[in-house]
Amino acid sequence: MSPLLIDRLLTGAWETFVMIGVSSLITLLLGIPLALILVATARDGIFAARWANSVLGSVVNVVRSIPFLILMVAMIPITRLLVGTSYGVWAAIVPLSAAAVPFFARIAEVSLREVDRGLIEAAQAMGCKRWHIIWHVLLPEARPGIVAGFTITLVSMINASAVAGAIGAGGLGDLAYRYGYQRFDTDVMLTVIVLLVALVTVIQFGGDRLALRLNKRG
Amino acid sequence: MDRLATRIEQSLAHIRLEAIGKTYDTGRGAVTALEDIDLDIQRGEIFGIIGRSGAGKSSLIRTLNRLEDPSSGKVLIDGRDIATLDENQLVGLRRRVGMIFQHFNLMSAKTVWQNVALPLKVAGASAADIERRVAELLELVGLTEKRDRYPAQLSGGQKQRVGIARALVHQPEILLCDEATSALDPESTQAILALLRDINQRLGLTIVLITHEMEVIHEICHRVVVLERGRVVEQGPVWQVFGDPQHEVTRSLLGTVHHDLPDDLNGRIHPERSAEARALLLDLHFTGVSRRDPDLLSIASVLGAGTRLVHGGIDRIQGRAQGHLLVSVDSSEPAEDILRRARGLADKVGGLGYVALAH
Repeated sequence: MSPLLIDRLLTGAWETFVMIGVSSLITLLLGIPLALILVATARDGIFAARWANSVLGSVVNVVRSIPFLILMVAMIPITRLLVGTSYGVWAAIVPLSAAAVPFFARIAEVSLREVDRGLIEAAQAMGCKRWHIIWHVLLPEARPGIVAGFTITLVSMINASAVAGAIGAGGLGDLAYRYGYQRFDTDVMLTVIVLLVALVTVIQFGGDRLALRLNKRG
Repeated sequence: MDRLATRIEQSLAHIRLEAIGKTYDTGRGAVTALEDIDLDIQRGEIFGIIGRSGAGKSSLIRTLNRLEDPSSGKVLIDGRDIATLDENQLVGLRRRVGMIFQHFNLMSAKTVWQNVALPLKVAGASAADIERRVAELLELVGLTEKRDRYPAQLSGGQKQRVGIARALVHQPEILLCDEATSALDPESTQAILALLRDINQRLGLTIVLITHEMEVIHEICHRVVVLERGRVVEQGPVWQVFGDPQHEVTRSLLGTVHHDLPDDLNGRIHPERSAEARALLLDLHFTGVSRRDPDLLSIASVLGAGTRLVHGGIDRIQGRAQGHLLVSVDSSEPAEDILRRARGLADKVGGLGYVALAH
């Protein structure tokens, strides 16, 4: 492998790292509040608000049902508005986050909804206000499930970032597409695959370990 | 005069329920869970609410801290209608009313210490106060050693002790127990009941508990109401309800404590006297109302030689002996005469029929 190619690989790996890192941070920061809103505004929720719940639920469903490739293209105007360009790593972060936030929110929502109603009742009976319930009961009790859900989200985000690479987002996906697919360079293709497999394995392993450690339900 | 009397009575009742009703709107129409319930619960007493599952016990106890709002009627605590409280006042009320649950409802992601500290933490107590108070309560329930364990590492009885510590951490005046021992083994049940009795005596707490187990009522309650289909069907001091249950539901709930006639005896009872079945079977029922203990000598001397104790037993509740003694009386006298003579021997006396003498 030529020094040039190694340089390209390193750059690609870094770009993927930035894309995934920034998008996952955004997903975490927006997804958890979104999941909390979905749970809290549900019919039996602590801030029950049926209209808000169904509107938000529909938006989430619509975004989630659009295939990523199409979402990415459809979002180009919004992406331009937000980051000033529709090309490169930073431009990819916008559709990557837009796809991952509702995905992650739904998974986190399930974990939050599975928190035993008895615990919420106990919290109310001890004089917790609703924000206390969110902070001291819902989030800590759902944490193992949220971590596991975030791991799944990260892995599917890596997948999506490779797709983004195909339309010029940079990163490992871009490299594999241009060298591997368009130039039939199997070495590059294989190296990229090995790198991606390693990345996914590390994330999955770390996520599983963390979820296990946080789970005190014995 | 009357109004004054009512006012005094009102000031005595720690918790008063006035015409409480609760209906749930299910998809297929309204279901009535509670209907027209009036109760006065006195300061410092252990008040039991018993009923079969679905009788409305859970709904009733949940109206006392507004985990559920009644559809009609009022709940007064210290004379204050709790329906009028705003959110902050309600939080204040709930800090004066502790609650423990059948399934303990401890936070699985928090240690014993963190669970007990939580009510203080959300109330904004200082770290020093929290540390001191939690240590006191863990001491009280005997779990000082387990402070850094997670609930999953504890036994059922220990979990309920954590629940009790958590419920008492704000020094409440009222403790609500929602089937607090129903998920425990008999030994832990006894230990938890002893702890509750101790807390009631030492801290002067008013305890309201719901249960479907008569043993729990028997063990620690002062007064009891029996709930059936959302209505109060019987109420009174525990000795009275146990000694002389009036309602069929009460009797069937008591079935676990007072056994019906054993089959072998039941099969041998004949309505008429015959050469074979010639001994009259008498039921001497001690209800507790006269506070007397069965007097064996007078039973023997009034009923005469050949009187045998066939079945029965005496239980003491709140210092009153109660139960049934079944005796067979070998006499050729008419049953009415024997019954008349026996009348003074127990609070209630009845003839059950004739049996052959066993040898």
